[in-house]
Amino acid sequence: MKAKTILIVLIICFFTSSAYALSEAYKNNIYNPGELKPVDSVLKVKEGDAAPDFTLKSVSGKTISLNGYRGKKNVVISFVPAAWTPVCSDQWPGYNIVKDIFDSHGAVLLGITVDNIPTLFSWTNQMGKLWFEVLSDFWPHGAVAEKFSVLRSDGVAERALFVIDKKGIIRYIDVHNINQRPPLETLVRAMEKLN
Amino acid sequence: MMTAICFAEINPPQVGGVFPEIELLKSSNPVDLKYLGLSGSGIFKIQQVKADVVIIEIFSMYCPYCQAEAPAINELYGLIENNPVLKNKIKIIGIGINNSLFETDIFKNKYKVAFPLIPDGDFKLHKIIGEVRTPYFIVVKLKGGKTEVIYSKLGALGDNKAFLEKIIKSAGLK
Repeated sequence: MKAKTILIVLIICFFTSSAYALSEAYKNNIYNPGELKPVDSVLKVKEGDAAPDFTLKSVSGKTISLNGYRGKKNVVISFVPAAWTPVCSDQWPGYNIVKDIFDSHGAVLLGITVDNIPTLFSWTNQMGKLWFEVLSDFWPHGAVAEKFSVLRSDGVAERALFVIDKKGIIRYIDVHNINQRPPLETLVRAMEKLN
Repeated sequence: MMTAICFAEINPPQVGGVFPEIELLKSSNPVDLKYLGLSGSGIFKIQQVKADVVIIEIFSMYCPYCQAEAPAINELYGLIENNPVLKNKIKIIGIGINNSLFETDIFKNKYKVAFPLIPDGDFKLHKIIGEVRTPYFIVVKLKGGKTEVIYSKLGALGDNKAFLEKIIKSAGLK
């Protein structure tokens, strides 16, 4: 019985502790959903496919279409599951200090979640001034995530990276374990292969 | 009971206590090694740093406050290095929580950090030092192979000169 109690305690401690979103920037405002199913969607697009076009509103008030970058810029799309959650809050601030790397590969970054604009506004404000556009895939809910086949069964997006070249072709896909942050070097290597 | 066990697991180093035994990866950069008075490769322990006091910044490349705090820590480094009395007595290291070497190097280059930044890619060190939030600062006094924590606090250091005076006093440096 005692051993069973200790085991339960250890399990609770393990799953309730989150080592992401540790920055004081977020104070105690991060909701921890606990350990989630790593991937909860079936990828239907592949590298070499034409990326599905979309148009979404950004937090900065712009209307952004993927096709608008055709022939001009490579595009990195970073889908993250939800605002105010541990790993997501610990991903874009890192991208925010490597604009030079994106620039050197002729790439722009588009961050997308299924949250609405007011929520994204409040959340991203904690990250400092972001150089990249943050887009809301709130309505029709998750439609763009669905186009890229990274909408999970609970209505949030996967933690997924897509690298799309200037011709609009998907050159790299990483539908990552939702519980972990994708290593930055892997994304950088993917951008290096564009040129 | 559950709370007590969980709390015990995440308690950060306390002032007056010993610093946990952690193994840190030596930098491959000779400048970093020279700064800490180390040589060779592999791992080292905090007691092996050639200094009387080591300031440890627990940070992450992905942490907005750590990014904002970087210039202030660089200023602290400058205050120490430009002071002939303190230069060889106080050293600074950073531990990048859940950061790869690639990521700590990005932080180092972006903010022109002159002191060594050590990656903790798998949270191994982070767990030992109490899963603290970032930025978190721990100051360790070294003497005869032993350690004593003289500062352990979450958040920005504030006024660097006042912080240094506090450390000098706490460590008994002259």
